[in-house]
Amino acid sequence: MAKRGGIRILDGNHAAAQGAKLSRVQVIAAYPITPQSPVTERLSEFVEKGELDAQYVAVESEHSALAVCTSASTVGARTFTATSSHGLAYMHEMLHWAAGARLPVVLACVNRAIGAPWNVLNDQQDSVSQRDTGWIQIYARNNQEILDSIIQAYKIAESVYVPVMVCYDGFVLSHTEMPVNVPSQEDVDRFLPPYTPHTILDPANPRNYNLVTFANPRVNAEGVLCHGYMELRYLLQEALQNSRETIIKVGQEFGEVFGRSYSNTLWTDRLDDADTIIVAMGSLVMEATVAADTLREAGHKVGVLGLRVFRPFPKADVVKALEKSRLIVVFDKNISYGLEGATCSEIKSALYGSSLRAAIRNFIVGLGGRDVKARELVDAVNRSLASVKEGDLTREYPEWICAI
Amino acid sequence: MKANAVNLTEKEYLLQGNRTCPGCALSLAYRHILKALEGQVIVTVPPSCLTVLHGMYPITSVTVPCVNTPFASAAASATGLLAGLKALGREGLTVVAVAGDGGTHDIGLQALSAAAERQTDFLYICYDNEGYMNTGNQRSGSTPLGAISGTTPILGKQQIPKDIAAIMEAHGIPYVATANASYPLDLYEKVKKAGAIRGTRFIHVFSPCPPGWSFPFNNTIIIGKLAVETGWVILYEVEDGVFRLTSASESIAKKGDLKPLREYLVEQGRFKSITEQQIEALQRWVNARWKRCLDRADKSPHSVH
Repeated sequence: MAKRGGIRILDGNHAAAQGAKLSRVQVIAAYPITPQSPVTERLSEFVEKGELDAQYVAVESEHSALAVCTSASTVGARTFTATSSHGLAYMHEMLHWAAGARLPVVLACVNRAIGAPWNVLNDQQDSVSQRDTGWIQIYARNNQEILDSIIQAYKIAESVYVPVMVCYDGFVLSHTEMPVNVPSQEDVDRFLPPYTPHTILDPANPRNYNLVTFANPRVNAEGVLCHGYMELRYLLQEALQNSRETIIKVGQEFGEVFGRSYSNTLWTDRLDDADTIIVAMGSLVMEATVAADTLREAGHKVGVLGLRVFRPFPKADVVKALEKSRLIVVFDKNISYGLEGATCSEIKSALYGSSLRAAIRNFIVGLGGRDVKARELVDAVNRSLASVKEGDLTREYPEWICAI
Repeated sequence: MKANAVNLTEKEYLLQGNRTCPGCALSLAYRHILKALEGQVIVTVPPSCLTVLHGMYPITSVTVPCVNTPFASAAASATGLLAGLKALGREGLTVVAVAGDGGTHDIGLQALSAAAERQTDFLYICYDNEGYMNTGNQRSGSTPLGAISGTTPILGKQQIPKDIAAIMEAHGIPYVATANASYPLDLYEKVKKAGAIRGTRFIHVFSPCPPGWSFPFNNTIIIGKLAVETGWVILYEVEDGVFRLTSASESIAKKGDLKPLREYLVEQGRFKSITEQQIEALQRWVNARWKRCLDRADKSPHSVH
């Protein structure tokens, strides 16, 4: 049985720091950026007080933060970093490197808009823009999920040797306090075994990691054919593809120890009889639930599908969750310029080849911290319902909930 | 004990045959660096000629553990290696970042400066071939005034190089030294000394590049020596703030004068379009730096006069 966890009132950043601490991270490297800064402040405090036995490296940039983590991870340490927005963009090169080197770094991304122009408030453009770097991406709806996801992230990352990004909305969660069940260290230790690295750095057994690698396989000094660059990239994709199983399993085990199960890639709300499904990611899922309440009261059969895991994209789960829908309304706090919201594209891609012929509408919302009100979501769904009656299956471009 | 050709350790950590160009000074320098540290290292390297030297997967020319890292991150990677070793309670290994002048003077300077400011316990070695030689010889922050390069193709570079050793010394780190692949024993002694010091240690290694500088590949040692004899390179070390000339530079200070810089420049095709004014400017730059070094040597407890 689980030890009784303590309910504490924590903001999202504190929940993230607690998650890292409970995971017994050994090396932390981070650079301050709004709205992530309190995560690193809190962790440095844990280390200075002696509550956390870790190396805290106050680096001079996010690029260096992740470089510290990748090299420390190569040595065999459990590593943590956190950032937002421009910081994540600045890490871009190292994000690729961490995934390519198959290092189980865990990163908390406190979602924030990217300039120009300057904006420190929330949207998800930062992490969504990094979806092709080979990281697993998990989005939290609330502060409990931030803490729980970070602990799970280590178990996932260290099982499949793929780095994991835990994303949560800046200010909406990072600076908003709510009750969080903080598990006991004993239970977390029971859930999360120490990290077993796949890398060896030892003069008695010297290895040279991530040398220049040919496109084609090449024979080593003993005559054994070794992978080329292309094969290594295939293996990363295969690891991501197969990681869904690990994510579910780890979520299940988490539930067994802590009583909060995460054996899912999606959050579903009232999908059983829903013909209209709202899709969202992060804290917006909670707002969508409020919108669904209003729409239900008005007699519409509305459900909510929240994306918990964005990479690997849970195609089969999404198709199954949407199978009864006639209308799918996707709200994106990001935009792939010149196309549409990224999650909308992914949903459309997942549905290709299925028998589902639902209409899809995409709304871009909440960029740069623009408040997203439940009634705006309701209006958007109502507008979409009206358009479906006219037999309009899809639109070329998304609609924007803004003043233009 | 002073290092000599006889008492140098016989064990090799750099295997015979690697992918560097004929006459590569880096090859020679790296061999002695690894010997001096007796292989008890973890090397981290950003993309550079050393990446070429290390070979292509799954074959490598070194028998020490190595971690490749992106261009800007050599010193950050070293920081991470060290933090990882500390976290795991592993002792007895020296973390060494080895980067070229592009990875040090230019793209890697921010991370290096920060690692030094954090007093990270590692050895940073910059082998300086005065340009982006791995990518085919483009100008760097270390390329000399008047040198032709891929990105200063007609007029030659119009600016003097930055003095990276002075920049690193300004961080107040416990050990800064300059070395030269043509003086491997001096290099060996400095690396050995640096290996035993705690804190951030920085060694600048002058590394002549036959194809990049356009001189015959069998002249590497001659060019390296001319660099010291003309004062283009000054061999010194600064240990806990105490300055000392070493090796050939110490002898020159004792015995006489520098050769004219022109003698060094004319041996290299990269200076084929250097102007008289540029030569004079470079000579003034060399003279001023040499005077500063002599003044410092005079005031130091190891005074040579």
